[in-house]
Amino acid sequence: MSRQFVALELEFPSDVGQVERVVRLATDLCRELKFPHRVSDLELPVALSEAVSNAILRGNKEDPLKTVRVRGIVSDSALIFEVYDQGEGFDLHECIADPTSPDRITLEGGRGLYLMDQFLDKIEQEITDTGHVVRLILNR
Amino acid sequence: MPFSIKKQEDITLIDVEGQLIVGNRQELKQRVLDELEGGARKFLINFTQTGYIDSSGLGVLVSLSKKIREHGGELRLSDLNDDLKTLFELTKLDTLFLISENREKAIESF
Repeated sequence: MSRQFVALELEFPSDVGQVERVVRLATDLCRELKFPHRVSDLELPVALSEAVSNAILRGNKEDPLKTVRVRGIVSDSALIFEVYDQGEGFDLHECIADPTSPDRITLEGGRGLYLMDQFLDKIEQEITDTGHVVRLILNR
Repeated sequence: MPFSIKKQEDITLIDVEGQLIVGNRQELKQRVLDELEGGARKFLINFTQTGYIDSSGLGVLVSLSKKIREHGGELRLSDLNDDLKTLFELTKLDTLFLISENREKAIESF
């Protein structure tokens, strides 16, 4: 039977100033689990920064009364980060245009989901009773 | 202060002291735009101390590059670690920016 435990649990206000600290703690966990350097120091930080920013900006719309919760779950087969917001949900796949195409490369936005797709093994999202959760899955 | 700005002749040198992400990208944008407004045209952003840049950080670099070019200026980048080089290659932003191995080479290339 696969073992699973919560190795990281954080709840913080809807403030983008929080993102770096959250990512640093998640990076530490990823390093402890001996993921390759590229995963712990680039792929996870970029993907998680995106997910947490989305939760603050698109989910909670920076409402100071709403919080974001991040859980890091370790199993034998994966490291999963769940990012919960208290909003009404948003479509992560709203923008699926290729940001590397010549007509989009000079645009300021549109790279977030592309990078998450590149860097994660799987992304899931779900509406919950209290909001919305995005799951970032890294296989071990 | 996550950024330091100094001048070397007519080049504005910006050191990013840490990550360039959603929490500080606006500050970088504003500080560069202030310099641009003040007449600076040659900009070099150095990433010696940077581990990663998120999508909003990349977006700010793209936006600044456009603004600086509109004013007849140039934005160059230097000292990207291997992870950052991968990030720029993956997003094809390595085709949009002039990227130098280090600050000295970047300054010579202006």
